[in-house]
Amino acid sequence: MSTVAEKILASHSDLDEVHPGEIVKAEIDFAFMPALTAALAFYAMYDMDIEKVWDRDRVTILLDHIAPATNITNASLHKECREIAKKQNLRHFYDINVGVCHQVIPEMLMVGADSHTCTHGAFGAFATGIGSTDMGAAIGTGKLWFKVPETVRVNVEGRLSPSVMSKDVILKTAKELGADGATYCSLEFTGSTIRDMSVGARMTLCNMAIELGGKTGIVQPDDKTIRFLEGRVKHGYTPVYSDGDAVYRETLEIDSDALEPQVACPHAVDNVKPVTEVAGKAVNQVFIGSCTNGRLEDLQAAAEMMRGKRIHPDVRVIATPASYEVYDAANSQGIIKTLMDAGAVVCNPSCSVCFGGNHGILAPGEVSLSTSNRNFRGRQGSTESYVYLCSPATAAASAVTGVITDPREA
Amino acid sequence: MIRGKAWNYGDDVNTDFILPGIYLELTDPDEMGRHAMEGIDPEFAENVQQGDVVIGGRNFGLGSSREHAPIALKHSGVSAVIAEGFARIFYRNATNLGLPALECPHVSKEVETGDTVEVDLAKGKIVVNGEKELDFVPVPEFMMEILEDGGLREYIKKNRDKW
Repeated sequence: MSTVAEKILASHSDLDEVHPGEIVKAEIDFAFMPALTAALAFYAMYDMDIEKVWDRDRVTILLDHIAPATNITNASLHKECREIAKKQNLRHFYDINVGVCHQVIPEMLMVGADSHTCTHGAFGAFATGIGSTDMGAAIGTGKLWFKVPETVRVNVEGRLSPSVMSKDVILKTAKELGADGATYCSLEFTGSTIRDMSVGARMTLCNMAIELGGKTGIVQPDDKTIRFLEGRVKHGYTPVYSDGDAVYRETLEIDSDALEPQVACPHAVDNVKPVTEVAGKAVNQVFIGSCTNGRLEDLQAAAEMMRGKRIHPDVRVIATPASYEVYDAANSQGIIKTLMDAGAVVCNPSCSVCFGGNHGILAPGEVSLSTSNRNFRGRQGSTESYVYLCSPATAAASAVTGVITDPREA
Repeated sequence: MIRGKAWNYGDDVNTDFILPGIYLELTDPDEMGRHAMEGIDPEFAENVQQGDVVIGGRNFGLGSSREHAPIALKHSGVSAVIAEGFARIFYRNATNLGLPALECPHVSKEVETGDTVEVDLAKGKIVVNGEKELDFVPVPEFMMEILEDGGLREYIKKNRDKW
């Protein structure tokens, strides 16, 4: 009677079963760090009197949040990370030419020094974001303690209407559960709508589990998962499923037949309204990208909306593929050309506009419509700017009109 | 004994408030400390005194896994964060740094900015302005051991054999 989260934690702690609330010490399969948190993690490991990572094949650093470097401070940090990777002889090191960390490295029990590590739950893994000191312990010893989370089930039944995307499902979930509604819980997404979704769309759901306070988000694996993982898994993958009598703290039911496109309004991820209630709001910048919505199907949805059209003259559009794999595919499929022909700026893969530390910074008074995951005050620049979150379809439809627009009417 | 002036920022104090994204490229803790709380109160870092206590309402520390946030608070002089609830990663990160993150119901209604707050970790008590007493939720034993060692670095050094 266990959930996926409980089973993975039990198998990695050498226990038959575990129960919510219990603290276990688990063996880590893989640990990754973006540059911004990597140096701090290694300082922590050295302070623990540990000189070498526990397994050079299971620890990686990625230069993704800021790429390429934009000033001397972050250039120096990148340099330091390259030196650490060499000194530690890490088998996998990803420089600025790979993309955002959550696209590339699925394993069963993963920790990442980035809060959106929960994205990997879309592959049926237990993946959670940790800070740098925890990461220092994880990379130094291969182990970390976890409090076994309760599981909240989000059951989504029905068929999404055209131009309604998985982003709308997770924004609706945020509205219903609230920004602390799943604190310390695992979120498990089930139902016919989830089964119909691509793995990329499921990644959008799991990615935002943290925005509800979640420790991880999980979709149980199926044939699509297995196909997606072929050639990507480095250390083996054993599908794990929740038992029929697994215990959930609660179940939220969402009817996707009736679901409208959703928009999270400033300055909270759970301040969510149907697009029809915010339509007409003028925007200055549209961002299509991030670990939430920077995959091929996201760029494709945006390109469909913008094909043969020009973006509104008062709007700038920044489109950023989440990985080089996506970048390459979008290029060969003509998606990048469609976006560029419409007037979008297409950037190299990185975290881009999302976190306000790379490029696309907002000036005071400006409004951003963004496919990313957080709209905290000041998140993308000035504390007097405003960030609205939505799906790629809504973002692209709005880029053309210059105001927040229902993509079903575009 | 933890003793200092309170700074109350209410509900939903996110990690971008505590340390904005532009400072994530920093690696020097003292420099992070000079920008603590800049996203919500640009004057905090200049005026905070050693020992002061940050107070919050629900979901303190939501958002990013950036340990920069509790590092900035600690190196600005803050000796504890007391809130009605914490986001999970911030809570772990603060504890791992030896910065107590204490859960106390109604604290953001009971304590005002400028009040003097004393914390007795062992007794589980907070005293406001020398008179009003509040109980905080007991820190789990394992977390308490980490705090007593001054953080996870020291804890692992001492307990490597049983880790």
